[in-house]
Amino acid sequence: MTPQLAIFFVLAALAVFGALNLILQKHPIHSALSLIVVMIALAGLYLLMGAEFVAAVQIIVYGGAIMVLFIFVIMLLNAGVEEHTSVSKLAGTVGVPLAVVLLGFIAVAIWHSSESAQAGLQSGTLANTRDISTMLFKDFVYPFELTSFLILVAILGAIVLAQREN
Amino acid sequence: MVPTSYYLILSAILFGLGVVAFIFKRNVITIFMSIEVMLNAVNLAFVAFSQAKHQSDGQVFVLFVIVVAAAEAAVGLGIIILMARVRQSLNVERVDLLKL
Repeated sequence: MTPQLAIFFVLAALAVFGALNLILQKHPIHSALSLIVVMIALAGLYLLMGAEFVAAVQIIVYGGAIMVLFIFVIMLLNAGVEEHTSVSKLAGTVGVPLAVVLLGFIAVAIWHSSESAQAGLQSGTLANTRDISTMLFKDFVYPFELTSFLILVAILGAIVLAQREN
Repeated sequence: MVPTSYYLILSAILFGLGVVAFIFKRNVITIFMSIEVMLNAVNLAFVAFSQAKHQSDGQVFVLFVIVVAAAEAAVGLGIIILMARVRQSLNVERVDLLKL
């Protein structure tokens, strides 16, 4: 087993453990901390793949900004332990089979795509940050400008929603 | 090197766990977190394909997904604060009417 494979399995186990813990924990703050574990593990996987820029953005934006926002809201609302209600009938009868079907669909898709993906097996260097920025500001410049507009709308929406009406 | 299919399988597992959490959790904040898990799983698949095909398009898409997730978190948490103020509860089963 190569070192890369060993690191991959450690990080993958950490990510799956974090996601499972998110489901099993009853208190939202514990779920939020498990989600941070998932995000840090995924950042490590991005580093392993050689995508340093995405790894840095993952830690700064996801692990930092978004999770701080979550924990801030949990503390602001003083969210307690999840109320134990019976799983609704719709979730039991429709949701679980649908989730199984979805997983099977994804498994079949991966099974079919793995042969073609194996052909171009990675070796050498991945596109670095310079290539990403060139692509972002040349080929994707209009979507990029659109995202700034999206963030502006999101800021206004958050202010309008959360303000106390008098 | 790690085969691309391993990353895709991990991505599928994480996405499935996100769907399960979305279905089974009752707290609206935790449901919101499970959406983030699903978005992260998709990001992992994007970067894995980007690495397999030696194209940086995938990483640019990941950047867009992260931006949209940040905007979504801001608006969604605003909605959650409003919901907690109006209903005095974070349980989704108590929020089943469109009117106040």
